[in-house]
Amino acid sequence: MFYRTAGQFKTTYQADHALFPVRQDAVLLGIVLILAFVVFPLTASEFAFRALLIPVLIYSLAALGLNVLTGYAGQLSLGTGAFMGVGAYACYKLISIFPEMNIVVALALSGFFSATVGVIFGLPSLRIKGFYLAIATLAAQFFLVWLFQKWAWLYNYNASGAIQVPNIDFFGITVAGPRAPAIVQYYFVLCIVCLLTFFIINITRGRIGRMWKAVRDMDIAAELVGINLMKTKLLAFFVSSYVVGIAGALFVFLWRGAAEANLFDIPLSFRVLFIAIIGGLGSVLGNFLGAILIVALPVVISSVPEAFGLPLSSATVEHLNIMIIGALIIAFLIVEPHGLARFWAVIREKLILWPFPH
Amino acid sequence: MEFLNNVLVKPFADMAAAPDFLIQVLWEGLVGGVLYALIALGFVLIYKSSRIFNFAQGIMVVFAALTLVGLHERGIPAYLALPLTLAVMFVLAVSIERVVLRPLVNQPDIILFMATIGITMFLIGFGELIFGGENKVMITEQLMIPTGSFEFEPFGGFVSIEQKDLTAVIGAVILVAALLYFLNKSKIGRAIRALGDDHQAALSVGISLSTIWVIVWFIAGVIALATGIVWGARAGVSFALEVIAFKALPVLMLGGLESVMGAIIGGLAIGILEKVFEIYWGQPLLGGNTEAWFAYMLALLVLLFRPQGLFGEKIIERV
Repeated sequence: MFYRTAGQFKTTYQADHALFPVRQDAVLLGIVLILAFVVFPLTASEFAFRALLIPVLIYSLAALGLNVLTGYAGQLSLGTGAFMGVGAYACYKLISIFPEMNIVVALALSGFFSATVGVIFGLPSLRIKGFYLAIATLAAQFFLVWLFQKWAWLYNYNASGAIQVPNIDFFGITVAGPRAPAIVQYYFVLCIVCLLTFFIINITRGRIGRMWKAVRDMDIAAELVGINLMKTKLLAFFVSSYVVGIAGALFVFLWRGAAEANLFDIPLSFRVLFIAIIGGLGSVLGNFLGAILIVALPVVISSVPEAFGLPLSSATVEHLNIMIIGALIIAFLIVEPHGLARFWAVIREKLILWPFPH
Repeated sequence: MEFLNNVLVKPFADMAAAPDFLIQVLWEGLVGGVLYALIALGFVLIYKSSRIFNFAQGIMVVFAALTLVGLHERGIPAYLALPLTLAVMFVLAVSIERVVLRPLVNQPDIILFMATIGITMFLIGFGELIFGGENKVMITEQLMIPTGSFEFEPFGGFVSIEQKDLTAVIGAVILVAALLYFLNKSKIGRAIRALGDDHQAALSVGISLSTIWVIVWFIAGVIALATGIVWGARAGVSFALEVIAFKALPVLMLGGLESVMGAIIGGLAIGILEKVFEIYWGQPLLGGNTEAWFAYMLALLVLLFRPQGLFGEKIIERV
């Protein structure tokens, strides 16, 4: 009833291939965008920006990048955290070498650094498949984090070994650094995330996306129908690492404000992988749903005992937190192995038929 | 020229100059390698019988050791704590099979892999909640593991071999021998290998999938306990130990995911080589701590030439 598709006729191929063949989807997206651009900024507190909204957006972007590689091109990667680190350190070096550089340009360029590193570590994917490749990407993870620690040039020979984000202006408005207001940072991240999401949606819908899916489903068959495996796989690594690198730069510059090498260690990679898998591999929407879940869950869980007045120490809450997240991941996988995006698809099907299911 | 000399000549000159130190380094590497091999063995067993890449193996090591020490801390004597820990590992195996694996049968590999990461997080939270997160001391003496050390003086130098390390190596050899005997000669062992070869064929001759899975996870738990005792005696028991799980992964790549022999040989090779590389190349030339990635890079190089690892089954693909 609310989701009636009857009467929406397509008379051209173009209309059939449109981004939103069903009108209600477009309306729904419009509502979400209005929420994101107007309602949240008006209502959210400083805490909500820092603890929920900005991290959700950044994690979504990172998961989106990983999803290009794992969900669309079928190459399992466990090294996302390190590629985020490459983006962050590249952006930091660019800003400190060229302090006049516009932050958007620096972000866009730092993506190319992580993309290059991604392609280098993607080279083994031409020979290695499946779990062997997954472990091979761990080589990138451990090697790069080691490099972040040992190569002092990367963090400008700071005694602390950490990178500190300076105050950065974007056309007269401070967007990064200790002086930047949260709402400005939120809008800045939101715009970049929207732009890159739009780019990814279109790339995965087109010729390149189909090549990736063919390689994912069976690479030998894809090769036989004339797809150049090397180009396709490396392109997937390139695009994926580019997006992940920008997510990493945003992660440090617009959210954390400072970073040490071990921030990019394996837990970060796994968190992004969780988001991509719980959200749904091979979907764009899923990354956002997954990120909302994974970011909001700890916040919710740690506020529950307080709400009930239970006297739990913070260490206990922390342990319970890990335990519950682990159990929830298993539960989600059992209930819907294809992720939250599939969950939404099922609901949508039901809504289209409702109230006459047969 | 200076650089080439540092890379190619000087390390070997150092080795020749102090053979006693080299022996010490090799021994340390060997002990580390035995532990890597044991963890990798747990991975291989589960992968062979169920095609599940069990990421939780490393955390099972910590969990087993933590349970043992935690029970002892609460006043249970060591000779009771050991069987009790085994019982806990059995309960763990049963519940993992019931709660996690059974509903996920036939799902894609990556989903099962993610589920084992879920198990990992659950066990970390659970273990810390019950036994606390601080570093604990392994109850080496109560388990009657000798703690002294043998000292030799070959080539006029000095080599010290700790008795607990020696015990660990001997224990590991016995464990592996028993395991190989069990896998190759016993009825259950044959059933495990049959499941590894072909699930459906094994089911059709009456092998129970769920029973075998419980047994395999329990064996992995026993191996985890043995590894946990040995590693805990060297480094203390805490969840920081989980890093050793990441050390076992390149061993699997090097040896092949399906091969028991590969896990053992790969483990020993990586243990020794990473130690030698760290001492003679890593610390003088690269600023140290190369153990974090050396094994992965080595395994990656090997994989470029043999994509299924040294001893893995040849990958045959058909369209």
